[in-house]
Amino acid sequence: MKRFLMQAESAVSRRDFVRVSLVVGGGLLVSVYGCGPKGEEPGDAPADGSLAPNAFVSIDVNGNVRITSKHLEMGQGAYTGLATIIADELDAEWSKVTVEGAGADDKKYGNSTIGGMQGTGGSSAIANSWMQHRQAGATARAMLVAAAAKQWNVPTSELTTEPGEVVHAASKRRAAYGSLVTAAAALPVPKDVPLKDPKAFRYIGKENVTPRVDAKAKSNGTAVFTQDVKLPGMLTAVVSHAPLFGATVKSFDATAAKAVAGVVDVVQIPTGVAVVAQTFWAAKLGRDALTVQWDETKASTLGTAEIMQTFRDAAQKPGIGIRNDGDAEKAIASAAKTVEATYEFPYLAHASMEPLNCVVELKKDSAGIWNGNQFPTFDQKAVAAVFGFKQEQVTMHTVFAGGSFGRRANPQSDYVVEAATIAKAINGTAPVKLVWTREDDTAAGYFRPAMLHRLRGGLDAAGAPVAWWQRVVGQNMGLGTIFDSKDGKDSSAYEGAADHKYEIPNVFFDAAHPAIGVPVQWWRSVGHTHTAFAVEMFIDEMAKAAGKDPLEFRRALLTKDARRLGVLNLAAEKAGWGTPLPAGHARGIAVHQSFGTYVAEVAEVSLVNGAPRVHRVTCAVDCGIVVNPDVVRSQMEGAIAYGLSAALHGKIDIDKGRVVSTNFDRYRVLRVNEMPQVDVHIVPSGEAPSGVGEPGTPPIGPAVANALLALTGKPTRTLPFVA
Amino acid sequence: MATVSINGQTREVTADPSTPLLWVLRDIVGLTGTKFGCGIGQCGACTVHLDGKPVRSCSTPLSAVGTRAVTTIEGLSPDNSHPVQAAWVEAQVPQCGYCQSGQIMSAVALLNAKASPTDAEIDAAMQGNICRCGTYQRIRAAIHNAATMKRATT
Repeated sequence: MKRFLMQAESAVSRRDFVRVSLVVGGGLLVSVYGCGPKGEEPGDAPADGSLAPNAFVSIDVNGNVRITSKHLEMGQGAYTGLATIIADELDAEWSKVTVEGAGADDKKYGNSTIGGMQGTGGSSAIANSWMQHRQAGATARAMLVAAAAKQWNVPTSELTTEPGEVVHAASKRRAAYGSLVTAAAALPVPKDVPLKDPKAFRYIGKENVTPRVDAKAKSNGTAVFTQDVKLPGMLTAVVSHAPLFGATVKSFDATAAKAVAGVVDVVQIPTGVAVVAQTFWAAKLGRDALTVQWDETKASTLGTAEIMQTFRDAAQKPGIGIRNDGDAEKAIASAAKTVEATYEFPYLAHASMEPLNCVVELKKDSAGIWNGNQFPTFDQKAVAAVFGFKQEQVTMHTVFAGGSFGRRANPQSDYVVEAATIAKAINGTAPVKLVWTREDDTAAGYFRPAMLHRLRGGLDAAGAPVAWWQRVVGQNMGLGTIFDSKDGKDSSAYEGAADHKYEIPNVFFDAAHPAIGVPVQWWRSVGHTHTAFAVEMFIDEMAKAAGKDPLEFRRALLTKDARRLGVLNLAAEKAGWGTPLPAGHARGIAVHQSFGTYVAEVAEVSLVNGAPRVHRVTCAVDCGIVVNPDVVRSQMEGAIAYGLSAALHGKIDIDKGRVVSTNFDRYRVLRVNEMPQVDVHIVPSGEAPSGVGEPGTPPIGPAVANALLALTGKPTRTLPFVA
Repeated sequence: MATVSINGQTREVTADPSTPLLWVLRDIVGLTGTKFGCGIGQCGACTVHLDGKPVRSCSTPLSAVGTRAVTTIEGLSPDNSHPVQAAWVEAQVPQCGYCQSGQIMSAVALLNAKASPTDAEIDAAMQGNICRCGTYQRIRAAIHNAATMKRATT
């Protein structure tokens, strides 16, 4: 994903490309960004006397600390994590901290890990904000301290801070932050403010001191999602979409639809026919009454069975070379033992709980968008293009997203643009909320691509691997978008596989990307969703052929990768690897690094009526410095559930071009009765923080498959396991 | 025009009798805590109570509500003080939060029927509520905690 975004940004803005170069060159990320701590772009001077030294934090006269999150809160705890970093350096009182979503502005809110474009993805929220937000908090604190020093006529060196107040111990004076903000706001914003010694952190890495800022609102129904936005006079739109990817409207009859009470208008848009009504239900009944003829001459009519056969055929032919160490063919030919396997992965829907939706208000010279966007400036540009506006004429209002898992970072801004085209089609006569039903959401595609991995391995007489040969087949995710690499390669198809760290002398890797007309997109952990499975299961298949314990087999091949080995050993130890289990139970292990974070998982599995039952998952994670331990645990728990859902049940079926599994009755997902006990163990680390939203997902599928291999002696090579 | 009792208040509602209760609540009454997830009673995000019993409001037409009292997430407590809500915050259950109104309404109904449910009873009662963020482990823990809190206060 990072690669995609960096390309996109280089195509969009030369200035941002320069930023990327600086980042890649290893410079301190925050130093290239517009942010108060360096004095480039202080926040707007507030008129109410509050202190707002940068784009991320403001403190009012009552001491309330308002933090602006440049990252979308779609469940992964970004609001809480970013606020924790600022609050610690600021010495804020946690109970006075609130967080709101930022608007769209690459200059203020650019993400250094994705080329300076504002964006939430690639598990980067904490990683790209760490130093920047520490400085933002420390700068605000320094200004409050300076204001107190001036007021009391003492040197700043005699002052300390405690949550919410500046303290002068010598004279026993204390001043609440709120009483200092107006004086502090009149001071110049200092540069290069020293940061705390990590030993002095009071919130970062600590348990039970910074509960999620959104937990209460999400337990009483007051949290506002796009679905809940209501503007005066707002109408709801439901769209009749083409039944096949690539089909278009030939003609339609809106007579019956317009006769439905509450229906206001029926309009043709590029993606179908929109019924606009007073309420969702009226719009939905209107759509039911609509008759649309579709032009299917350019539509994709392939089904998933044909697509997988295309992939199997492609796997027999050479692809684009990706890696070639030594001579894998020769080593396999002379190996004492060889192993072969082909793994097949279906299309997967993101299936967030909140079906896609977007609110648009179009006025003469401006527009407003209410949405939870992973790429707000990207969507802003797309909407501006629909209206013929400049980007800044479109205001993005960020609300909570009811899940996303990558879907609200669409490379075509699909649903956002659709909402804009409806507002345009009704000439902005009313604000419009576009609501997709569950079926609309799933049938629109942008799936995790179906993939096929073909592997061959060679072992020497002692059972040590001498050759690894791998070919991946699947769609190029960038094709037809500005994220296309233009060199025919899609690194997201092989990230985490072609660069695997097992120490094997001969490694060959190539890739083939057949063109298929099914829209595909990143899905929680992107390519790692399948590459980790292929690599980690094949390691177990080779270990089995070598007659070796899978843990020992891995350890012998990972002598140079201390962090990977660290989580592997911790997970194995905590799971009691090698200790007896109840009859009919077995353990499987897998380890993977994605987005800079290392995760190992041990799954304990049995078979119940022939289907796998996962009883317990022991997870070890190394994500560098931990900001919120409980959020890390919750993300591992959630990512494991998400990955387990895919491994056990996830599968989109397409029949003659039509998506068949469009609701939860046919697109089965994990439910509470299938949730294993998950125990998370965090490796203490002083490394720079990396993300936790995605990296828990990749290891669970192979950990379960490896447990099944141990249990039954037979490999499970086609996903999902149960369907 | 239909008369419906919602969270203890009598509301006059103008809607086609076939309109699902979910959309009456959301689009007509303006209570948006109850969520739309699937529209076919598969995900539980729209769970509300009718006379204390959990129902999927997306699949309950207005005409079927009759005189039964509707309780939504907004009607549980004004300030997160309901033991299940307090337990939800204590266990830090919500991630994206979209399914949680429905989860909480199902959990409240479960605890009204069973004061001390086992894990298996929780799994059975909560199977109709999907959470894509995978908060299930914390949901189980929160229900146990809420059961303890409820017993302590009654």
